[in-house]
Amino acid sequence: MRAQFVLSEISVGLRRNLTMTFAVIVSVALSLALFGGSLLMRDQVSTMKGYWYDKVNVSIFLCNKNDAESDPNCTKGAVTEDQKKEIKAELERMPVVDSVLHESSEEAYKHYKEQFGDSPLASSLTPDQMQESFRIKLKDPEKYQVVASAFSARPGVQAVEDQRDVLDNLFNLLNGMNIAALCVMGLMLIVALLLIVNTVRVSAFSRRRETGIMRLVGASSFYIQMPFIMEAAIAGLIGAGFACVLLVFGKYFLVNNWLAEKIDLINFIGWDAVLSKLPLVLAIGLLMPAIAAFFALRKYLKV
Amino acid sequence: MRLPCSPLQVDRGAPVIRFDNVSKSYPKQTRPALRDVSLEVEKGEFVFLVGSSGSGKSTFLRLLLREERASHGSVHVLGKDLARLSNWKVPQMRRQLGTVFQDFRLLPNKTVGENVAFALEVIGKPRGQIRKTVPEVLDLVGLGGKDDRMPGELSGGEQQRVAIARAFVNRPMLLIADEPTGNLDPQTSVGIMKLLDRINRTGTTVVMATHDQQIVDQMRKRVIELEKGRLVRDQSRGVYGYQH
Repeated sequence: MRAQFVLSEISVGLRRNLTMTFAVIVSVALSLALFGGSLLMRDQVSTMKGYWYDKVNVSIFLCNKNDAESDPNCTKGAVTEDQKKEIKAELERMPVVDSVLHESSEEAYKHYKEQFGDSPLASSLTPDQMQESFRIKLKDPEKYQVVASAFSARPGVQAVEDQRDVLDNLFNLLNGMNIAALCVMGLMLIVALLLIVNTVRVSAFSRRRETGIMRLVGASSFYIQMPFIMEAAIAGLIGAGFACVLLVFGKYFLVNNWLAEKIDLINFIGWDAVLSKLPLVLAIGLLMPAIAAFFALRKYLKV
Repeated sequence: MRLPCSPLQVDRGAPVIRFDNVSKSYPKQTRPALRDVSLEVEKGEFVFLVGSSGSGKSTFLRLLLREERASHGSVHVLGKDLARLSNWKVPQMRRQLGTVFQDFRLLPNKTVGENVAFALEVIGKPRGQIRKTVPEVLDLVGLGGKDDRMPGELSGGEQQRVAIARAFVNRPMLLIADEPTGNLDPQTSVGIMKLLDRINRTGTTVVMATHDQQIVDQMRKRVIELEKGRLVRDQSRGVYGYQH
């Protein structure tokens, strides 16, 4: 295979169909940017779920020394050992409760560090500022109210939280956005594929003289098809490159410079999450158009 | 009706072309394009293929190039059964054939030299060899020194010479010509026929489909006539036909 010959054929082909090539690049770029964005959104959701989200339904936060001064529910001071034993025993007797775990303030600190890492808020915390808690798994997650009414007014209890209630609205929103992004991506992908098929058809038609001669003098079908497939693959790769740029820009401007400034409670995805998606985006951008072109050629190019 | 074997035919056992009871019908046509055609063409022969339009000449040539497969019977070209030749081996087979058409089929945006070189480039021949062979073969067809001209600047006869150079540059065993003089005036045609005759004398078998009565009558080569898909005449040192 003579690289120079193939390369010149490809560049001629890409320039001949400049408008079509442009359309392919744009549609591939948009669909892959949406694809990458939806992957990142999933990462974001799993980052936010934290340690307990999938494991428990209800958390009972106990008063610590700091709360005793500031929180109206903790006016009777920090929780005592007796109170803790009593609450635990009572929880285990309740029929709706499946299992009870105790999280010490040391453990709470550790889990918090894992979730929030080096955020400014996390670095200012010390273990004794963290609340002890009971993490409860219910047999039926809907029975949150039973636990809440039994323990919320109990001395030593700061708050009873339905774990799902706090984050579910946000997650529902994110999941909805994710599904919407995937739908738009699917449509853009179909548009991209149709454009590629059409590009190949036009390209095969405008080069039928060359391909006819190539066939007659005994060029292998691989050799005849290669310029077409490479044309599609290169257009796709350029599109994927733009998609990568869009993702990086999105992370930098949208997340780092805007969302992170406004909302400092949420731990946003880091650069490693973004960068790890880029090779996948590039690979799909290269392979998908190549495969589409290959199948289009079987229809439009006799070899 | 054929003459005894010439010395050229003795040294090669297998014929260059062998048709055994070949029929070809196309899906949407009731009448088959070829019906029960059997013939052999030996190495070094020059064969005219004549017959009116629709007689099956084109189908005959397409079968040789394996653009089509026979519906019945077997086609052997250069000793290979084309029915058993797998698709990916077809390009290898075609490299041993040369083809020339009425409409020349040159690339208008490439020079004469590039047109001939194209045939070598696309089968992956090394550049050094291409640079050496292209001027040689252009000399052979009488276009020496015209490497850098564009096909549009040449006369029809010269363009056909370029096409012949491209067909011959691989030194094929078999040259297939589909009405190579169809677009040319009689005088130019004679020049092309002289060239094909010269190529034939290097040992290349030539099969030429034609409507040109004058040429066939002058050359006095083997004539195969098809009529409505049947082989109606196979005559050595033949003429174009009686009724034309």
